Formats: sequence, C-alpha cells, structure tokens
Amino acid sequence: MDLTRRRMTAALAAMPLLPALGGCGARGEAGLTIWAMGNEGASLPAVLAAMPRPARAPPVSVQPMPWTAAHAKLLTGFAGGSLPAIGQVGNSWLAEMAAIGAIAPVPRTLHGLLADQFDAVVDTNRIAGRLWGVPWYVDTRLQYYRRDLFARAGHAAPPRAWDGWKRALHGVKKVVGDGNYALLLPLNEFEQLLTFALSAGARLLRDADGRGAFSDPEFRAALAFYKSLFDEGLAPPLATTEIANIWNEFARGFFALFVSGPWTVGELRTRLASDMQDRWATAPNPGPRGTGSAAPGGSSLVVFAGHDADERAWDVVAGLLAPAAQLQFHRLTGDLPARRSVWRAAGLAADPLVAPFAAQLDRATALPKIPEWERIMTEMQIVAERMVRGAYSVDEAAREIDLRADRLLEKRRWMLDRGRAL
Amino acid sequence: MNAGRHGQARAGWVMTGPALTAILVFFILPAAASLALSFTDFDIYALADTGNLRFVGLQNYERLLENPLFWKATTNSLLFVAIGTPFIVVLSLFAAMLVNSRWLAWRPLWRVALFAPYVTTLVATAVVWRYLLHTRYGLVNYLLSLVGAGPVDWLGSPTASLPAILLFVGWKSFGYNMIIFLAALQTVPRELEEAARIDGAGWFARLRHVTLPAIAPTVLLVSVLTVAAMFQLFTEPYVMTQGGPAQSTVTILYFMYEEGFKWWNLGSGAAVAFLLFLCILAVTLMQLRLAKRGGAI
Repeated sequence: MDLTRRRMTAALAAMPLLPALGGCGARGEAGLTIWAMGNEGASLPAVLAAMPRPARAPPVSVQPMPWTAAHAKLLTGFAGGSLPAIGQVGNSWLAEMAAIGAIAPVPRTLHGLLADQFDAVVDTNRIAGRLWGVPWYVDTRLQYYRRDLFARAGHAAPPRAWDGWKRALHGVKKVVGDGNYALLLPLNEFEQLLTFALSAGARLLRDADGRGAFSDPEFRAALAFYKSLFDEGLAPPLATTEIANIWNEFARGFFALFVSGPWTVGELRTRLASDMQDRWATAPNPGPRGTGSAAPGGSSLVVFAGHDADERAWDVVAGLLAPAAQLQFHRLTGDLPARRSVWRAAGLAADPLVAPFAAQLDRATALPKIPEWERIMTEMQIVAERMVRGAYSVDEAAREIDLRADRLLEKRRWMLDRGRAL
Repeated sequence: MNAGRHGQARAGWVMTGPALTAILVFFILPAAASLALSFTDFDIYALADTGNLRFVGLQNYERLLENPLFWKATTNSLLFVAIGTPFIVVLSLFAAMLVNSRWLAWRPLWRVALFAPYVTTLVATAVVWRYLLHTRYGLVNYLLSLVGAGPVDWLGSPTASLPAILLFVGWKSFGYNMIIFLAALQTVPRELEEAARIDGAGWFARLRHVTLPAIAPTVLLVSVLTVAAMFQLFTEPYVMTQGGPAQSTVTILYFMYEEGFKWWNLGSGAAVAFLLFLCILAVTLMQLRLAKRGGAI
C-alpha cells in the first residue's frame, strides 16, 4: 500500500476515533458496580464501607439512579450490553428481567439467606422453579387509619371482615359529616383494587398466565365491593393528582383511612404535628371473612447474566444480607429488612405501627410473574375508574378487563405455544 | 465538451458525497428501519431473542387509532402547536426587533443575555423553572399576587400545566429564533423604514407594511422550525411534569417514549414515530403552499 497524501489525510482524520477502539477491549478487572435506586442507592455506600470484606476483595462502587428512570435504564442497559455485575431490582420487575435472560439464577450455596424470610416475598423471586434474586428489603400495603375518628364511631380499630369494615366506615362517615369521607381510594392507583382482589382470593390470570381471569366470581366480588364504597359515598371519586397533600388531608379529617406502604410511617411521623401522633395507627387489610391479603413488594439483589460465575459478585450480595448490614441498612433507609431475625434485632416486631406489616406479609400473595403484569394492572385501573364513574356495570367492567388483558397476553400465549415463555 | 460535463458531474458528486452519505446513514436508513419496525411486534421478548419477532402488518397502527391515550397525546400536541407556535414566533420577533433597534444601549450585551437561555442546559433550567412555578414559593405566583391574581397551581392543575410548559419552552427557545430574525432584520434597508416614517406611517403600520413583507421568508422558516419543534416536545414535559397531571402534558413524543421504553413495545413506538413524521410533513407542506400563495417565496 503506497502512502498517498489522501490516505495520510484519511488516517489523520480518523485519529480522534482511536479512543473509541479502546472501549472495545475487556472492561477493567478493577471492581464491581452495583446499580441501586433512590433512597437505597444513596445509603448503600455507607453500608458497603462498614461491611467486613476479605483483604483482596475488589472495590465495589455504587451507581445511584432515580426510581422514575430505573426501569427504562435496566432494559436499555440489557439491550446495550452495559449492565453491571450487581443490581437492585424491584420485585415486580423480576419476571421481565428473568424472561429476557438479563439476570442469573441464585446459586444453591446462597439459598440459606432466604431461610428466615417471608414466604410470599421469596415466592415472588421464584420463577419457573428457580430463584432469581435475593430479597433485600420488603414492603407491602395496608391500612392507615385515624384512631380518634374510629373511636368516635365506636371502633377501637377497623374490623377485619368486609361487612363489619364497611359498617364501621358508615359510622365514621356519620362522624366526619358532609364534605368529608370515610376512606380514600385514589382512582389512578391500582394497588387498592388489587388488594381487595387478593383478599377475595382472586387468581387474576389463568391458563399458565396466558389469559385474564377477571370474570371469576372472586374478582367480581372484589370489584363490586370496590364500586360500592364509591356508590355509598364512603370514598370520594378522586385521583391523587387532585389531592394536594395526602398527609395534610388525612390530618384534617378529609378521610379517615387510606392504603399505603411502610414509607408512609416515617412520613407521617415527620410531617404530622405532634398532637396528631397518637391519633393514627396501622392495621392489616380487611378480607371477605377476616384479615385479607396484600401484594408483597420491595426489592431484591440480583447478579446480572454474564456475571453468574463471578464468586465475588455473589459474595457482595451475601455480605449485604448479613444481619449487621441489614440492620444498618434499615437504620439508614427505614426500609423493612427482608430477614425476620433482623426484625427481632431491630425491635420492629414490638413497634405497634410497624408490626402489622409483618402480620400482613405473612398473609401476602405473590402476584403473577410475567412481564406484562404492570401494564395489565394499568388497564385494569383505567376500566375500574370508568366503572366508578358509571360507564360500566361490574360484570361489564370484568369482561372489559379480561378483553384488554387477553389482548396484552396474546404474545405470551404465542410464546407458550412454542414453549419459549418462562 | 462531453468529458467536461462528466468531470463537472463527478466533482459535484464528490463534493456532495460526504453530506449525502451522512444523510443516508444517519437519516434515511434509520427512518426506513423504523418504518419496517412499525410493521413488527418488536417487544421485550424480541429483545431477548429476535426469533420471537413477528410481522404483524398494520396491526400497530390499528391499535393506535383505537387507543384513547394516543388521541389524548395528539390533541395535546396539536394544542402545543396551535398555541405555542404563534407565541414563540411573536416573542422572538419582538426580541429581535428590540435588539435591532438603534436607540437601545449596550446592544451586544442584550443580544447575549437574550440568547443565553438557548445555550443553557435544559434539565438544569427546568429544575429552576419548577421553583419559579411553585404554587406557594414561586416567583411567578408572587408576581401574580402583586396584581391581585390568585395563586395558580402551575404544574399540578390539568388546565395550567400546558401554559406553564409553554412559558418555559418559549423562554428556552426564543433566543435561537431571535438570531435568525435579527439576521433578516439587518437586511431590511433602513431607507424604506425612514421613507415610511416620513410619509407618516406609525410604528404598527411600518411593521405590517415594511418590515414583515421584507422578512416574510424568514417568518415562514421560523414558523416551520417552531411547528416541528412543538410537535417534538418531549424533554420539557418529561423533566417538569412526567406527562401529568391527568396526562395533560403527554405529547405524541412522550407517548412514543412510554410505548417504546416504558412498555418496551418498540413496534408500536415506531408506528407512533411514523405517524408523527407524516403529521409534521403535512403541516409543513401546508405552510409552504400558503406561503407560495402569499408570495413569501
């Protein structure tokens, strides 16, 4: 090849591209990276710093990311082949991460870490008979209620069975009067209706999660119960966007009961005035014939595919699940620890506001573990909102949710027919 | 003679080659690929294994047309175009006339100051604007309270969110259009304006009969650019409202993003992109025809 001036120029022009070639080489062996979200990502470096590690262990760095961008980032990370070794994955996202082959199954040697955990949470991590993540912290949703308003209506706490629960709400509604309500069920959140459905024992999907089962009698019972709470004037037909500040409205008595997760305990403790503090409490959800169910939530730690043979990554996961690390993590974030032994050590089992979460987690039901789930729930709530506003009867709404779910699950049925779905 | 023509043609191809290659590689190929993608059901399963990809014909388009959120997003985008385009064009024209006027002292300083918002980082300024628009502590509501107007929940109310985003978009983007207008205004002969003034034309009459006809092609250019920008509004609602409240700031592009990267239905997302492309093309062609009839070009 003779060096002409033109070739020289081209070679010179290509010089700036050289560093890009460097990026093609193997990544540095220097350390491990963890992707973690929100509050957890912010507190994780402190936990890692305090964690006892062998002298030759690689350094671990944390890349924090906001919750709102996390889901898209995990998927684009997978598509672009830029996932790190370890990640925090919300329980409801595990199914799709496993379905696309982005995460590695947990090795048998680590199964001991799940021995003293909540069954429903562990079940959420088990897909197609294998464990895909180690639950890191847990949450679920239950009722927050105004003790003083329920006391004035003649109840120490909301009754556990639906009939009595609704009667008590009617009593509360009389106490709080016109313009105020007994409870808040935001029309843009699916969690409340889902909790009723799980409490009623609805199976939600059928045929290997290939079709909706929303016309089952259990789900229709939950849907009818949900609708009746609006029809009887116990709940206002509002979305959260129409309520400026949920804690203020709760303190003001606009509603006496709402459903939320453990993060609200800390928020109510810091945001409500001190004279309000003994006027609220938490309780497990009601069900048709006694204490109801809930969806187990929280996040798991996963090792991404391609790093599954990396002992060091699994060592870090095991280290973060050690009781001391779990306890420190709970103190920093307020998240509920995944291991029961840590609940006892942290004194959570004796905290009257937090203990109901353990009771509820013992009665939680794992949700269908398929990638389409979140979208099915979004559609369910859109239909439920229209039902509350009078566009559908209960049976019509159930049929409509089935129709929409079946449409979303069409690809999954095609995959199932070919034996390609997890 | 013939050889010379050939040589010229070759030189022409060589000169335009790099630009044409760039357009082919970075514009035409991706556009064709996304059109092809819109006829498939590329989803999360296909991401894991392309063997799970199916050709679905026009199904993505059919589903979009019966999706109420798509229509909501289209309506929102059309509102942004209909209200935002005149707002931004007028704003940047007046800014350009201001920094072009001879009585203004420190003109270069004003030009830089008014152009500055355009070169700032969008996300950083969006955060600042979220403070400015805050219901209780925001400067905008404070100024409104001085004239006795009640506090507006700018980013929390479904009716105020669109004007709030437009205020921000207008502030962010008028600088660029202002520079284009300024260049055009400087080509308008001063003599024409002076003659009109001597003939007794007022400020508005001079604007309407002297300045505007002289810069008509530029007005057309700026409005075409602004229409395209308004159709492609995404970052501002993404950073400031996340499409809320009550989906009042979900634009077509935001809808496409959710379809593609939240629900990972890239096939459906590509279909939205193609429809958006047709929309912008149609509006631009219409503007060009109107301008031709009006004699602007």
